[in-house]
Amino acid sequence: MQKYSVFSLVKNALSNHENWDLAWKDPTPKKEYDVVIIGGGGHGLATAYYLAKEHNINNVAIIEKGWIGGGNVGRNTTIIRSNYMHDDNALFSEFGMDLWRRMSQDLNYNVMFSPRGIINLAHSDAQMNIYARRGNSMRLNGIDAVLLNREEVKEIIPMADFSENVRFPIFGGLMQPSAGTARHDAVAWGYARQADDMGVDIIQNCEVIGFDVSAGKINGVRTSRGDIKAKKIGLCVAGSTNILAEKLNMTLPIETHLLQACVSEPVKPVLDKVVTFGAGHFYISQSDKGEMVMGGDLDGYNSYAQRGNLPTLQHVLTEGIAMMPFLSKLKMLRTWGGIMDMSMDGSPIIDKTHIEGLYLNCGWCYGGFKATPASGWTFAHTIAQDRVHELNAGYSLNRFNTGHLLDEKGLGTKTWIS
Amino acid sequence: MLYINCPHCGMRSQNEFSYGGDASVKRPELGKEVSDQEWNNFVYNRKSLRGKHWELWQHLFGCRQWIKVERDTATHEIFSTLKANEEIS
Repeated sequence: MQKYSVFSLVKNALSNHENWDLAWKDPTPKKEYDVVIIGGGGHGLATAYYLAKEHNINNVAIIEKGWIGGGNVGRNTTIIRSNYMHDDNALFSEFGMDLWRRMSQDLNYNVMFSPRGIINLAHSDAQMNIYARRGNSMRLNGIDAVLLNREEVKEIIPMADFSENVRFPIFGGLMQPSAGTARHDAVAWGYARQADDMGVDIIQNCEVIGFDVSAGKINGVRTSRGDIKAKKIGLCVAGSTNILAEKLNMTLPIETHLLQACVSEPVKPVLDKVVTFGAGHFYISQSDKGEMVMGGDLDGYNSYAQRGNLPTLQHVLTEGIAMMPFLSKLKMLRTWGGIMDMSMDGSPIIDKTHIEGLYLNCGWCYGGFKATPASGWTFAHTIAQDRVHELNAGYSLNRFNTGHLLDEKGLGTKTWIS
Repeated sequence: MLYINCPHCGMRSQNEFSYGGDASVKRPELGKEVSDQEWNNFVYNRKSLRGKHWELWQHLFGCRQWIKVERDTATHEIFSTLKANEEIS
């Protein structure tokens, strides 16, 4: 594999960039693999990468219905954080933060990880108390958290609405200084390039039609490009989880919902943090190109549409303008939507299933992108060792049976409420 | 923008409604011995169909009645609506 560096850049500039190697191949599927990963998104690509790198399992295929990086890894708002209160979520995400910090070096691909910090705004005394509690829990787990008062928040984001007679005055906020953003496409491409180099077959335009299950064991998968045998199959298909689960006669604690995001026209640098509105569901950051990147509520009803409705967008942007009034002057450049695998307690599932050799990775809700490396790492471990790692032990499928829910936001099973 | 034909009020915009989830989910019978699996199916497990999906909506900013709506979850086409006490045929 060609190593990317300033020298290779200069060298290839001299030949008009016409001699770069392809970053990954376009192989024909083999008849059999040791492991097949279904879903060529961030999580699937990361899983294949860590299977090869950490567990020396190289005879791996990723099969993807569309093209790699075309789903949620290319549709998110690129936020990376570990500001969780519950131990299972916090330790898992913080493990991921470590992988994020090293990712560009590990993958020899600039994922433009920018640890600029995230601020969750508080709009009441009660919310300040809750944030103090969450911040303390984070610090006990070794995660950086700073509780900010109103003046300190004003110092950092003076463009927010600090006037007197607003509906949701800013009382303060909780900041995780080490949180940030990364270039989402680069994450998919970086993992794909390294996985391909270690022998993983990335098979695109290959749809799963069915599964070969006998005597409680998985034997392979039937695809639009022929049958593929594998003793171990990992499902990493986010919003399409229920569609594949139906083919396996499984009913899961997952509903598929649509989440929208949008960017404004580019403007000069104004915001160097990720900021979330505490009185509703709205978050914002500024991209390197200057666009304001914004997102918020689910559309509110089960959807596989991959495009959103205008009432929700209007509602989300109304919250944005309440938080930062200058946004009302900006024109929208693009809006888009992706389908989320909303789990019934808001936390993901990385686990074995009742079918031997079938592994499940789903339920990422709003937080799939930041989890990409930790999800891939723990899922690879779960597949390779046929047992969960302590980092994903809390993300069991069985927790819905036993009542050990990880309800970080305390919303219960109504996933469409935000 | 969805337009939902409320069986009580007629065609209204989605802004007047709030969503209530899968309408095919049935609470286990009262007074009957209920297994953990039956409770799980009622509380957590969902088919989340791609395509035609019967779901509950409440006409919150209208007559406040709960209704059943058959909608395509990929195209958002609405095929029919029923009052809450009418059975899905």
